[in-house]
Amino acid sequence: MKEIIMAKYGEIALKGLNKSTFEDILLKNIKRRLKPLGSFNYTRKQSTIYIEPCDDNIDMGEVKERLKTVFGLGAIQPSAVFQKDMDEVKAQCIPYLKDALDLARTFKVEAKRSDKSFPLKSPDIQLALGDAILDAYPNLKVDVHDPEVTVKCEIRDIGAYVSAERIIGAGGIPVGSSGKALLLLSGGIDSPVAAYMMAKRGLIVDGIHFQSPPYTSERALIKVQTLCEKLTPYCGDIRLHCVPFTEIQEALRDNCPEEFFTIIMRRLMMKIANIVAERDGYGALITGESMGQVASQTLKAIQCTDAASKLPVFRPVIGMDKKEITDIARKIDTFETSILPYEDCCTVFTPRHPKTRPVLSEIEEAESRFDFAPLIEKAVKETVLYKYRVGEEY
Amino acid sequence: MIYLDNAATTRPCEAAITAAVNAARDSFGNVSSLHGMGIKSEKLLSAAKACILKRLCCKGELYFTSGATESNNLALFGIADAYKRRGRTIISTAAEHPSVARTLDKLSEMRYNVIRLSPKDAPDSFEEYVADAVTEDTILVSCMAVNNEIGYITDTPKLYRLVKRKNPDAVFHTDAVQGFCKIPVAGDLISMSAHKIHGFKGSGALYVAKGVRLSPLMYGGGQQKGVRSGTEPVELIAAFSAAVSDYPTELSSIRELNDTLRGRLSDMDGITINSPSGDRGISTILNFSIGGVRSEIMLHFLEERGIYVSSGSACSKGKVSGVPAAFGVSAQNADSAIRVSFSPQNSLTDIDELSLALCDGIKRFRR
Repeated sequence: MKEIIMAKYGEIALKGLNKSTFEDILLKNIKRRLKPLGSFNYTRKQSTIYIEPCDDNIDMGEVKERLKTVFGLGAIQPSAVFQKDMDEVKAQCIPYLKDALDLARTFKVEAKRSDKSFPLKSPDIQLALGDAILDAYPNLKVDVHDPEVTVKCEIRDIGAYVSAERIIGAGGIPVGSSGKALLLLSGGIDSPVAAYMMAKRGLIVDGIHFQSPPYTSERALIKVQTLCEKLTPYCGDIRLHCVPFTEIQEALRDNCPEEFFTIIMRRLMMKIANIVAERDGYGALITGESMGQVASQTLKAIQCTDAASKLPVFRPVIGMDKKEITDIARKIDTFETSILPYEDCCTVFTPRHPKTRPVLSEIEEAESRFDFAPLIEKAVKETVLYKYRVGEEY
Repeated sequence: MIYLDNAATTRPCEAAITAAVNAARDSFGNVSSLHGMGIKSEKLLSAAKACILKRLCCKGELYFTSGATESNNLALFGIADAYKRRGRTIISTAAEHPSVARTLDKLSEMRYNVIRLSPKDAPDSFEEYVADAVTEDTILVSCMAVNNEIGYITDTPKLYRLVKRKNPDAVFHTDAVQGFCKIPVAGDLISMSAHKIHGFKGSGALYVAKGVRLSPLMYGGGQQKGVRSGTEPVELIAAFSAAVSDYPTELSSIRELNDTLRGRLSDMDGITINSPSGDRGISTILNFSIGGVRSEIMLHFLEERGIYVSSGSACSKGKVSGVPAAFGVSAQNADSAIRVSFSPQNSLTDIDELSLALCDGIKRFRR
């Protein structure tokens, strides 16, 4: 008997003629995630990827954990494979189901026969298998409405599959099927969530971070790096562009009206991100802005920052409130890191009374009093690149 | 010297000593410091944490403590306080180490309803027996993974599942001091000690699963997320992690030592093996009684020959403990019990020496 994993497609099962493009990317992503764990055989059939370990020492628990974070998968179903012979299935599935059944009280069997040449019909399979299980596990009772364990038996093209576990996949579409975008990553709670959400829609997400030493500490950078590491299971490899921002912020402090500090700073960040994006081929920017959360995220303020970007700016958490955002942050395990209390570039030189309803023309006028272009050029040139590879912590 | 008292404590391994010395020399910064020295120490701490969590096969939080006594106190008082509004019942066993047993006494005084179950009442299905006692009012179940005196194993991964099935809100704590690195252990909270696996004394940890709340025992600078204030001892922590990495994952050689000694003892007269056999007994501990010879006499006799064993739990300093009774060991046998505990540093020649000495001792002292 052999345990394999059936990785079932999410919404890409519904795709039309371009389905295979998505499938190729999904398979490539799965292979990259599992490669460090050992070698596997992959077979694609009926909107399912069959993942078969090539040796017995592979940690299947870790395989499941990793597959849970691969976008494009609707469900992950560890299964035992048998010959398509009912007697063999009955005899051999009993020891395989021990972990799931020996402590359970109720169960049911669900059968699916996509290979119609198999002599037994689905209800007959259910009956036969149910009987065999009841004989082997006297602790069990059948409950078809609310069973503790559902044993699935699928008679498919390649063989018969029995499983007692179905893990919900990460959903979405495979990372890399939508192009790549650049995320403005401060280190707060919202931006990693924004990265997760856009990766779920198939974007490759890289980060851009603005550093202002000595106003910000090395720990703020480490925090952002940790966030990148924590995002890699979902986003795949992440490149992080670290922009030295101190000189620009000091020039801003010395030359612009205080109430405009935050807005102009965000516009300058947008401009730098646009230059980096154009240079490295990113098709969009992503931010973790949420409507009305702080002064720089009011409608008027967003109008002003948006005007500084030529590229589209995606704000996937714009309509979410803090609770919804933190729930996702906890789920993807970035929350604890995000709340570490280090100064970041956004909290340096915060005005006492920021303008909540800035007018674009006033902002542009204030900004034009100083020529930021040479400083921007210098900052882009001195940007440092870090790379985080998926699964490197293992 | 033949040291066969590894359940009491162990000789620090070279890897642990080197790690501690290196940390003291090069990474002595305060983890909380904002500067680079602090960051260096913090990295050491994070690496140690990752290493220990990996060995534990758990993903959650790890708090470093001064040892398992503190870990157990933190777990029990911490959960009892954090969940006091949810219920008042705590379930545990009659075979726990004093750091759990005495804490439970105190909780009992604080009007928690403490239930202690004896393994002797259900030696083969103890997990089911404990889980059956869980009710709606149960906030905490605490059960040691391996008994330190007898070596009895409770299947904590199984018990954990059973408890959660009975009451998903009950928190499950396991004192894994004798089990960590040796057998699979599981729980919402897991207590560990460094000096039982060739690390240093004064160093331990408490694993806490995600989503479990815990009130602190001590208040201070808010280190370790406020759960355990106090500057983190990076030297001890580095040694702990090095000892974990150094501890073998494959323990068949220790099983061989245990089986060999069992074989030798079966050739001697009047020996009762108190440790369970098969899957219920841990390979690192063998407890037996020598009829007609009091423990302490045999212990000192062996000591004269340079062989170090224990008369029971060394923590109790010769005080008769109630734990053997919880396993159905008679008072007479408890009085003549010898606990031999192995480590990867022992060899078969140690067993040869011990067997010879035991034979001589029996000849001389048995009446």
